[in-house]
Amino acid sequence: MRTILFLMRKEFLQVFRDRATVFQIFFIPVVQLLVLSNAATFDIKRTALAVVDEDRTTVSAGLVRRMEGGGRFTVAILQPTTAGIEQALLDREATAVLHIPRGFEQMLVRERHAPLQLQLNAEEGAAAGIVQTAAQAVVTDYARELGASMSQTPRVVRGAALDLRAQGWFNPSRNYKHFMVPALLVSLTTIIGLLLTAQNIAREKELGTLDQLNVTPITKGQFITAKLLPFWLLSLLIFAIGLTMGKVVFGIPTRGSVPLVFLSAAVYLVVALGIGLWISTFTNTQQQTMFVAFFIMLIYLLMSGLFTPVDSMPRWAQLVAQANPVKHFVFIMRSVLVKGAGLETVATPLIGLAVGGAAVLTLAVRRYSKQTS
Amino acid sequence: MSAFAAFVRKETYHILRDRQTLWILLLMPLVQVLLFGYAVRTDVHDIRLAIVDPTPNVASRALVQRFASSSRFQVVGVYPTTESLDRGFREGVLRQAVVLPRNVDRALLGPGPISIQVISDAADPNTGSIMQAYAGAVIQRWHAESAPPVALGVRIDLTTRMRYNPTLESVNIFVPGLIALVLTIVSAMMTAISITREKETGTMEMLLVSPLRPSAIVVGKVAPYVVMGFLNVLLVLGAARVVFHIPLRGSLTLLLAECLLYILTSLGLGIVISSRARTQRTAMIAALAGLLLPTLMLSGFIFPLDSLPLPLRVISDIVPARWFLAIVRGVMVKGAGLASLWPETVILMGLTVLLLTIGAKRLSVRLD
Repeated sequence: MRTILFLMRKEFLQVFRDRATVFQIFFIPVVQLLVLSNAATFDIKRTALAVVDEDRTTVSAGLVRRMEGGGRFTVAILQPTTAGIEQALLDREATAVLHIPRGFEQMLVRERHAPLQLQLNAEEGAAAGIVQTAAQAVVTDYARELGASMSQTPRVVRGAALDLRAQGWFNPSRNYKHFMVPALLVSLTTIIGLLLTAQNIAREKELGTLDQLNVTPITKGQFITAKLLPFWLLSLLIFAIGLTMGKVVFGIPTRGSVPLVFLSAAVYLVVALGIGLWISTFTNTQQQTMFVAFFIMLIYLLMSGLFTPVDSMPRWAQLVAQANPVKHFVFIMRSVLVKGAGLETVATPLIGLAVGGAAVLTLAVRRYSKQTS
Repeated sequence: MSAFAAFVRKETYHILRDRQTLWILLLMPLVQVLLFGYAVRTDVHDIRLAIVDPTPNVASRALVQRFASSSRFQVVGVYPTTESLDRGFREGVLRQAVVLPRNVDRALLGPGPISIQVISDAADPNTGSIMQAYAGAVIQRWHAESAPPVALGVRIDLTTRMRYNPTLESVNIFVPGLIALVLTIVSAMMTAISITREKETGTMEMLLVSPLRPSAIVVGKVAPYVVMGFLNVLLVLGAARVVFHIPLRGSLTLLLAECLLYILTSLGLGIVISSRARTQRTAMIAALAGLLLPTLMLSGFIFPLDSLPLPLRVISDIVPARWFLAIVRGVMVKGAGLASLWPETVILMGLTVLLLTIGAKRLSVRLD
C-alpha cells in the first residue's frame, strides 16, 4: 500500500509540475463544453431559400412572406424565372429552392388544389429532412389559412377533422443542450483521461525510466494501480467540474440520483482508463500510442449514440456497440439525468461496465511484462 | 540542398523504420471507413411503437396495419390503456406511442375533430422530431383515406426533390467528413509529435546548430508526412469508391489537389502546436483533445452549419475543416468545379499561409 502511495505521489508531482499540461487538462474540457454545447443542435434556423415565383400574385407573395415569417428561412433570392438557380444551389448561395408555378393562385381558386415544388441541397443528409418538415409545416398552415379565407359561405362539413397532438416526453421543450451536455461531458472526460493514461506508460518506455521501475521490487498489480489511480481521480474531478458547469450554465436537469451518476462515472472511468493502459502495454512510442488511442476513441465516440442514434445502426453494428463502454455510460447518463431513471433501469449496463473494467484491467496486468525485449 | 535532401532522407528512415506506426497509420483509416460506412446511419428506422386503442375496431386496426407494414416502425404492441407506457419509455423498450380515442370508427364520421395523441421519446430532440414527423405522416394518410372527404379548405401538394443525394445515403455524407477528420488529426499530430520529440530528447539542439536553417528543418520534417497523408487520402477514397460506390461527380485532379492543400493546412496546425509545446504530452493533448471535437462539431460534419448560433459561426469560420469539407462534398457529391469552389479554396490557402507563418515565426532558432 505504501508503495502505491509513493508511486501515486510521483505521478501527481509529475503532472502538476508541468503547468502547460495542468492548464490543458482543465481548460480544454471547460472551454469545449461551454462552446460546443451550443453547436450540438439540429435545430436549423436561417435556411437560405431561393424562390422562383412564376405566379407573381397575392397568394404566391403571401406564401413567400409566410416562409420568411416562420423564422426558419431567409429568402436569399426572389426572381420570376429559374435562371441561375442551378448555379446558386451549387455555390451554396441557396440551400433550398421553392418553385411556385404559373397559375398557382388560379388553380387554388378553381380546383382547390395546386402543386408546389421544393428542391433541397441534400449533401448534408439529416439537415435536408428537417428543412423539408419545416417547409411542409409552413405550407400546410398556409393552405388552411387560405381555405378559411377563400370560402365565404361555410359549407357543411362531413367527417371529422384530424387533431393531431404531439408530445415529446422527457424533454418537452426539445432543448438539445439537455441531451448533448451530458454526452459531451462523457466524450471530453474520456478523451483526456484515456490520453493521459496511455501516454504515461509510453513516455516511461520511451525515456527508459520504465526499465528502472521494472528492476524495483514492485509487483505488476501495484504498478498498474499506481498508474491508474491518479488519472482516475483527475478524470473524476474533470467530470465533477463539467457536471457542475452543465447544471449552472446550461441548467441541465438532474431528475435521477446524482450519487448514482458518480458511481457510474467511477466504474466507467476504470474501463476507459484501463483501455488506455492496455493500449500502452503493446505500443513502443508515444506516437504509436496516440494514433491507436485516437482511432479507438473515434470508433467509440461515433458508435456510441452520441451524435447519431444507435437504433439507426444495422443489427450487427448494434451488437458490436454492446462492447462499447461509451455507449453504456452515455445511456446511463441520459437515463438518470434526463429521464430520472433509477438503479433498476441502469443496473444491467452498470454491471456490464464493471465486468468490462475488470476484464480490461486483467488484460493490462497480464500483458504488461516487466521484461523489456 | 544536398544537406536538406539528406535530412529528408533521415526523416523518411525514421518513419519507415517504425513499421508498427506505419501500419497503424495506413490501416486504421481504412478500417474506419468500412466500419462507419456500414454502421453509422443518420436516418431513423425501426421505431419501437406502441398503440393504445381502448376499443379496437375496423378503422383503428387499419391504422395499426399501416404502422406495421411501414419499414420505419416496429409495432411493439397494442394496449387498451396508457398504463404501461411510462415504464416502457423509461426502460427504452418504447420510442413512440400513438394514443387513440374511444370508438375511432364513429369519431371519424364527425362532427367534432378526432384527437389522436402522438408521444415520442424526445430525450434526443432531433430523433424525437423526426419520429414525430414520420408518425404524423402515417396518421394523416390513414385519416385522408378513412374519413369522409372534408369539403372545406384547399390543398397545396408540396413535392420535394432531394438534390445531389436523393436517397440521403449516409455514406456520401460521412466519407468526406471522415477524410477531413483523419487528415486533420493525423497530420497535425504527426508533425507536432515528431518536432516536440526532438525537443524533448534534446536532439533539436543538435539540428539547430547544424548548417540547416530552422525553416529547412521544419520543411524537412513535414515533407515525408505530406506523402503519408496523401496515401491515406488515396486509400480512404479508393475504399469508399470500391466498397460503397460513393459518387465522384467532379474532377479527381481537383479533389486530390485540394486534399494536398488541406494536408499542408493540417501540418501548419501541427507546426503551430509544436512551436508552443515543450513536451510530447502537451503537444498531443493539444492536437487530439484540442482538435477532435471542434473538427467533428464545428465543420458541418455532424451538425449542419445552418444551425449554429452566430458567435459559433464566426468560430467555425476559422476551423479549416469547415472549408475543406465544403470543398470535398462539393467536388464529390455535387460535381462542383473550381468556378464554384474558389472562395473556399482561397480561404483555405489563406489559413495555410497564416498557420505556416505563425509556426515559422514562433519556432525559434534558439531553445530557451
